[in-house]
Amino acid sequence: MKRIWEKIIHPFKVFGRKTHTLFANIPWRKLAGWLLYPLALLFGALVALKRKIGATRFGKRLDKAWLKVLHWSGEKPETIKVASSLLAVVFGLLFGFIVMLVVDPSSAGSGFLTIILGPFQQGMRSVGDTIFYAVPIILTGLSVAFAFRTGLFNIGASGQLYVGAFVAVYIGVQWDFLGPFHWVVASLGAMLAGAAWGAIPGLLKAFRNVHEVVVSIMLNYVSIYLVNLAVRSFIFNPTLNRALGPESSAHIPTLFLENIFPRSSINIGIFITLAAVFLFHILLNRTVFGYELKSVGLNRDAARYAGMKEKRNITLSMTIAGSIAGLAGAMMYLVPGTYIRILDVPVEQGFTGIAIALLGLSAPVGVLIAGLFYGAINRGGYFAQSLYREEIVNVIIAVIIYFSALSLFTQQMIAKYINRRTKKEIQLKESEGDVG
Amino acid sequence: MIVDVFNEIVSVISYVIPVMIALMIVALGGLFSERSGTINIALEGIMVMGGFIGAIVLHYLLNNTGLHIQISVFIAMIAGAVSGMLFSFFHAFASIRMKSNQIISATALNLFAASVGVFVARTVFGYRRINVDSSYRFDVAVLSEIPILGDLLFSSAFLSTYIGIIILIAVIIILYKTRFGLRLRSCGENPHAADSLGVDVGRMRYAGVLISGLLAGLGGVFFVVAFQNRFESDVRGFGFLALALLISGQWRPQRIFVISILFALMRVVASRSDSIMGIQAIDIPTEIFRMLPYILTILVLAFTSKTSKAPEALGEPYDTGKR
Repeated sequence: MKRIWEKIIHPFKVFGRKTHTLFANIPWRKLAGWLLYPLALLFGALVALKRKIGATRFGKRLDKAWLKVLHWSGEKPETIKVASSLLAVVFGLLFGFIVMLVVDPSSAGSGFLTIILGPFQQGMRSVGDTIFYAVPIILTGLSVAFAFRTGLFNIGASGQLYVGAFVAVYIGVQWDFLGPFHWVVASLGAMLAGAAWGAIPGLLKAFRNVHEVVVSIMLNYVSIYLVNLAVRSFIFNPTLNRALGPESSAHIPTLFLENIFPRSSINIGIFITLAAVFLFHILLNRTVFGYELKSVGLNRDAARYAGMKEKRNITLSMTIAGSIAGLAGAMMYLVPGTYIRILDVPVEQGFTGIAIALLGLSAPVGVLIAGLFYGAINRGGYFAQSLYREEIVNVIIAVIIYFSALSLFTQQMIAKYINRRTKKEIQLKESEGDVG
Repeated sequence: MIVDVFNEIVSVISYVIPVMIALMIVALGGLFSERSGTINIALEGIMVMGGFIGAIVLHYLLNNTGLHIQISVFIAMIAGAVSGMLFSFFHAFASIRMKSNQIISATALNLFAASVGVFVARTVFGYRRINVDSSYRFDVAVLSEIPILGDLLFSSAFLSTYIGIIILIAVIIILYKTRFGLRLRSCGENPHAADSLGVDVGRMRYAGVLISGLLAGLGGVFFVVAFQNRFESDVRGFGFLALALLISGQWRPQRIFVISILFALMRVVASRSDSIMGIQAIDIPTEIFRMLPYILTILVLAFTSKTSKAPEALGEPYDTGKR
């Protein structure tokens, strides 16, 4: 009996052992049947709960409170955007959960909880690690978001990050005469390299009107091969068959953080990131320069008519975005025990940055929160490895991006729902943060 | 001496042709999507998906059934093409029906394919790699006996080569000689004019994206069979290389064909540099050859921006209200 049960409920495990029974042993129909039960139960429970609570006084009060929330968010269109972001996250997690159910139903619950509660598995240590892994993601997210806000799509964060990483490690290996300023110079070098790499699509967009996305994609691949070549020529350790690591003076200092988060990899990168978040906000929202950048993004011709230097501004905004991504490269590789690898495909952090920028609605604080969320489920995926493969986290992230792409649609649905409940028309206004 | 050189050339060409066909098929797929007005940078992801499904099917057929190798490969190609088409539906739905940002939805597809490929492969097989190692090359009867030409084209060839050539011809005919092709192109140039003449723009664009998914999925299987002999979670950037090819070829199938030879040659030179004598002598880092196609594409973009042949309405969701 137990064996039959196992065959029904663990189809993937069965053909994990014997690949030749790949299709023969999957009882697809039964599998679909078994999946229906928990879903139906869940749905039924929700309906019953809603009826039960809805009838009581508490339920009515709850309903009133909900209506108040809806009224309030009807007045503030930004809340609808935040809601659509949260909805994307929910859909992504739900999809991940379903995948886990299909792969191995018996440990889906615990696996899912592990992923959600990732940062708290080892107390302060894993909290510190979560922040450490979130730092480069937040920075690439900021880079993409900065470009979004100025009307550009920086899909090249991956390449800018990688070029920055190489320069950072190169300085970290070779220029050990710098003493205490070693890591500062290495980080600045990374920013410069990223800026130069970002300036190329910016210049081509400004002066030749070439779509920055295509150029950035091409540059992503050029960067891989260029860095592979450079690593092998300048900073390679042939005996260990890997790149040299930066000197310890070039490591980002941990300061007092290692006392708070013992044994974690955290360093002051998080403070640098917070500073970047702050500067991003000030630059775009409180300066004339930022205003010009945004105007050019909204309408290039109108901005030129108003006397702004649109070509200069397009180039500069890609350059700034590139420098932030370059900084992310420094934060990733100026740490002990990490070595630049010879790659075949662009570094994934660049693309995750797009997801983070979308989820964070291209606002600096939003990107910070979304990046920390990513760091959390990334750690969760690491801890859930004994149950599920780590890549489940990337599956979740991909689904989240897809629903972020559909965000315009989800926003309309939410607005419709609010209209129906509050019987009031609300208008969705297109904001500057929107892309496309 | 002359015989040696000839053999060398033949061996290089025998490597170049399968790579060229895989690249060209995917670029032709992108052509359908972009000529109908939808940017498709999800080619990479669709290729991964097609290659992944194709590799699973092929793995099963090779190990469990006594089917002839070429028939197995053909079935795997169909499986890969169909799965690529189904997968591209998500991009079509988001970018045409939902009018959302085409680059974002394509990026989601790219990430999804890469992670699902690895996730499923590791869950099912225990590691990232799906082995489909076998000898897929065969000699065409009679034709391989022709001197020179037979050596170049018909001996130790891949099935994909001939399918690819048939598809190239079919694409040119469909795009330029049929009513469907004309309508498809008109949707990419001026959807409002097309709409006013009774062409269903949405349906045409759906067709464009789905065909691109079909061809990219097929290209994924070509890649697995003819280039790698295994599936390993990605397609080494071939999808984006095909995108570069599409742009360098200025959205024209004939030019894509010509430039695909150049791109494939660089790729082969880079990956087989140790086995080709002529290259060993020059001693240029292989990375240079890998970079060149992308740099070339950027240069083409930079210098043809004024005379670019890109479809006029590329990347704009069709909005009837904007007429």
